[in-house]
Amino acid sequence: MFESILFYTLAAFILGFGVLVVTARNTVHCVVFLVANFLCVAMIYVMLGAEFLAIIQVLVYAGGIVVLYLFVVMLVNLKRGPDAAPDRRRQSRVGFVLAAVMLAEISAILVYSAARPASAVAAAAATPLQTVGNTEVVGMLLYTDYLIPFEVASMLLLVAMIGAILLAKKEI
Amino acid sequence: MPAWLPPPAVLAHLGLILVVFNMLVLSAAFMVWMERKVCAYIQDRNGPNRVGFEGVLQPFADVIKLLFKEELRPKAADALLFAIAPVISAAAAFAAFAVIPFGTSTTLWGLLDQPIPLQVTDVNVAVLVIFAITSMGIYGIVLAGWSSNSKYSLLGGLRSSAQMISYELSYGLALAAVIMLAGSLSLREIVLNQAGTWWGFIPRWYVFLQPIGFLIFMTAGVAETNRAPFDFPEAEQELVAGYHTEYSSMSFAMFFLAEYVNMVTVSAVATSLFLGGWLGPFLPDWLAWVWFLVKVFLILFFYVWMRWTLPRYRYDQLMEFGWKYLLPVAVLNLLATAALILWIG
Amino acid sequence: MFDTNELVINMGPQHPSTHGVLRVILRLDGERVIGSDVVIGYLHRGVEKLCEHRDWAQIVLITDRMDYVAAASNNLGYVETVEKLMSIEVPRRARYIRTILAELQRIASHCLWLGTHAMDIGAMTVFLYAFRERELVLDLFEEYCGARLTYNAMRVGGLPLDIPPGWDRKVRDFCDILGPKVDEYEQLLTHNRIWLERTRGVGVIPGEDAVAIGLSGPPLRGSGIPRDVRKDEPYAAYAEFDFDIPIGAAGDTYDRYLVRIEEFRQSVRIIRQALDGLPEGPILGKVPRLIKPPAGETYHAIEAPKGELGYFIASDGKSNTPYRFRVRPPSFCNLQALSRLIKGHLVADVVALIGSLDIVLGEVDR
Repeated sequence: MFESILFYTLAAFILGFGVLVVTARNTVHCVVFLVANFLCVAMIYVMLGAEFLAIIQVLVYAGGIVVLYLFVVMLVNLKRGPDAAPDRRRQSRVGFVLAAVMLAEISAILVYSAARPASAVAAAAATPLQTVGNTEVVGMLLYTDYLIPFEVASMLLLVAMIGAILLAKKEI
Repeated sequence: MPAWLPPPAVLAHLGLILVVFNMLVLSAAFMVWMERKVCAYIQDRNGPNRVGFEGVLQPFADVIKLLFKEELRPKAADALLFAIAPVISAAAAFAAFAVIPFGTSTTLWGLLDQPIPLQVTDVNVAVLVIFAITSMGIYGIVLAGWSSNSKYSLLGGLRSSAQMISYELSYGLALAAVIMLAGSLSLREIVLNQAGTWWGFIPRWYVFLQPIGFLIFMTAGVAETNRAPFDFPEAEQELVAGYHTEYSSMSFAMFFLAEYVNMVTVSAVATSLFLGGWLGPFLPDWLAWVWFLVKVFLILFFYVWMRWTLPRYRYDQLMEFGWKYLLPVAVLNLLATAALILWIG
Repeated sequence: MFDTNELVINMGPQHPSTHGVLRVILRLDGERVIGSDVVIGYLHRGVEKLCEHRDWAQIVLITDRMDYVAAASNNLGYVETVEKLMSIEVPRRARYIRTILAELQRIASHCLWLGTHAMDIGAMTVFLYAFRERELVLDLFEEYCGARLTYNAMRVGGLPLDIPPGWDRKVRDFCDILGPKVDEYEQLLTHNRIWLERTRGVGVIPGEDAVAIGLSGPPLRGSGIPRDVRKDEPYAAYAEFDFDIPIGAAGDTYDRYLVRIEEFRQSVRIIRQALDGLPEGPILGKVPRLIKPPAGETYHAIEAPKGELGYFIASDGKSNTPYRFRVRPPSFCNLQALSRLIKGHLVADVVALIGSLDIVLGEVDR
């Protein structure tokens, strides 16, 4: 009872902040709403018993990455004149297409997961959660089952980092 | 989520939260007084000595004065963010203390069936919680700087956030070494792991296993809390008052409060991680928190002492120091610790 | 990709570290200064014009208000110029006491400089230490002439007052106190890593450029030019004393700092010699009741704490006011270097460099 009230409240907040992120006129406000959104998502994680994930969500996304967004947004003045605004209709058309794709994806996942029982990995992860704390579990999973995706992701980040340095520094 | 806790325990817990909150406010006030007094003695002056005994009530007088001041907001400021920023700062500063254990546990002289630990909440990822909340504190400063719509504030906000982000890495790596030694992310467990002594007289504190880590942590801690000699965000001689240039009245007081509470928190974390938290000889268990206070106080005194002795670094020198020296040393320290743990087992 | 805009910052006239009402318009790229405009005049009171409408004795009082932290030096420069114009012989005792006053003033002025300069770089404690010693000098001045800031301490032809009994003893005590205190400042700063990093190589100005810009005083000597009016064209009683002129090598902020610190010690040395050899005799020379210099003009300079303080005075020989009165203020001339010094440095260095030039706006604007 209590949990579902909390969940729906949080869900409403997440959606509300999400809408505000895309509708707010001021870019800095957008970023702030994004942070609020992330914090609510982190609370959902806590409700699911995934404290580690929740903290990482706050630490990395809300506390790290979005601060950098904020930097860019603050430094680069994004106030454009009315003429410079892009074609609104084309924008919304693209938006509709993207939304449709997203909807299709979500329904596909729902159908897929309803058709199959919970995967073995999820089951394995769910049981020791309460006993040893999920930090260890996440660590174990990352370095065993998900080693290759993990390494690929880190390679990708490294490439992105070097690319950014190359772009920013004219002469090295 | 456990079933609803029995009322006495809930009440005790609420009481504990209240106590910790007030303790923080009071310790911030005490810090302000101590800072002024210590700096006065360092500088051959008397310092505040009118309000209360030797001026101890001076911080309260200051707060009352600030309360009655007019709240000013620049016309071109962003009203919403300008109002929220100090709240974020203060809230983040207070929230971080929630996971810090400051004593063993108490049954309040038998009033409770089960003893409650002297800690608001014992999360099993406590160290990360502190980190996450500190990183949220940056928003208060950045948004204050941006929303004031003043160039000095903006420069202060940018400096501050760049500084905090840079030093958070070294700070985190110094912590990681301790976490590896303790094998836990819970501060209570980390403290308990430091119980006992070597050869009967050297306490098993991590400061002796991790001297470099401790130094890195303290240095990064100074930068994190924006204290001298790393107090660029509010370098008054350059940026007037940095990110809070445009703030007045209670909003200013909140930034001020946040700064001091942050100092207390950083010192408390250092105490828990490196100096054995509330552990110490001579005192019975129920008085263990006295040790905690003593250690925190000593670190705070060190901060004050440093502030009034050293000149200020320049901003680029600070960044250079952080990235070129502190971070590599922290990484090496972490690697060495990991290697030693693997080797010794 | 993005256009990088210059950030224009208006530093001053209300700013904690522009030492008064200096206004510097900084054009910044990030935090680096790419250009600057120094705006002065917020404290302009028309001192020079005012002096042309006061009689010769009243002007001493106005000179107090130029470099208000070194009023005695201003007085000295003025009265010596008038004496030169009128060819008045000043008694030896008066010249000795003037030297003592001028050197005490140099110490007080350097204390103020050290305190504010150190505070600009973040060392708050040095500020209070330096002001503690400055207080002692002000006490000595108060005992001598009753004022603590604007002394009006000299008179054409000599001094208005002889030193009070026991005063020389107190000055000697002060000299004993100051030596260790200067060592204390040095302990806090000279070998401090942060201080070195903040001042070494910051605002370098080579010797020939310093001369070309017209620097004088410690900023010039910091660049390695041994020019000191006290040695080169001795006035008051300086010719009779033995003292050294400290010079720097690199011409950076650190050298200017070291030069001034050494000047503390040299001032103490001069004061001690002057007290030892303090002659007996009158303190006022043969001065007509109504001071009215003959027609003519003259320029006379002294080494004020901040640099060469010169007075150009023309008299028409008829009226009892100067015909033309012009001051060469060291602060104003030294300030010319600021734009050049801060270019390419960071905002934090701007305040360090303003402090390092040691300006007083009362003298810049007059």
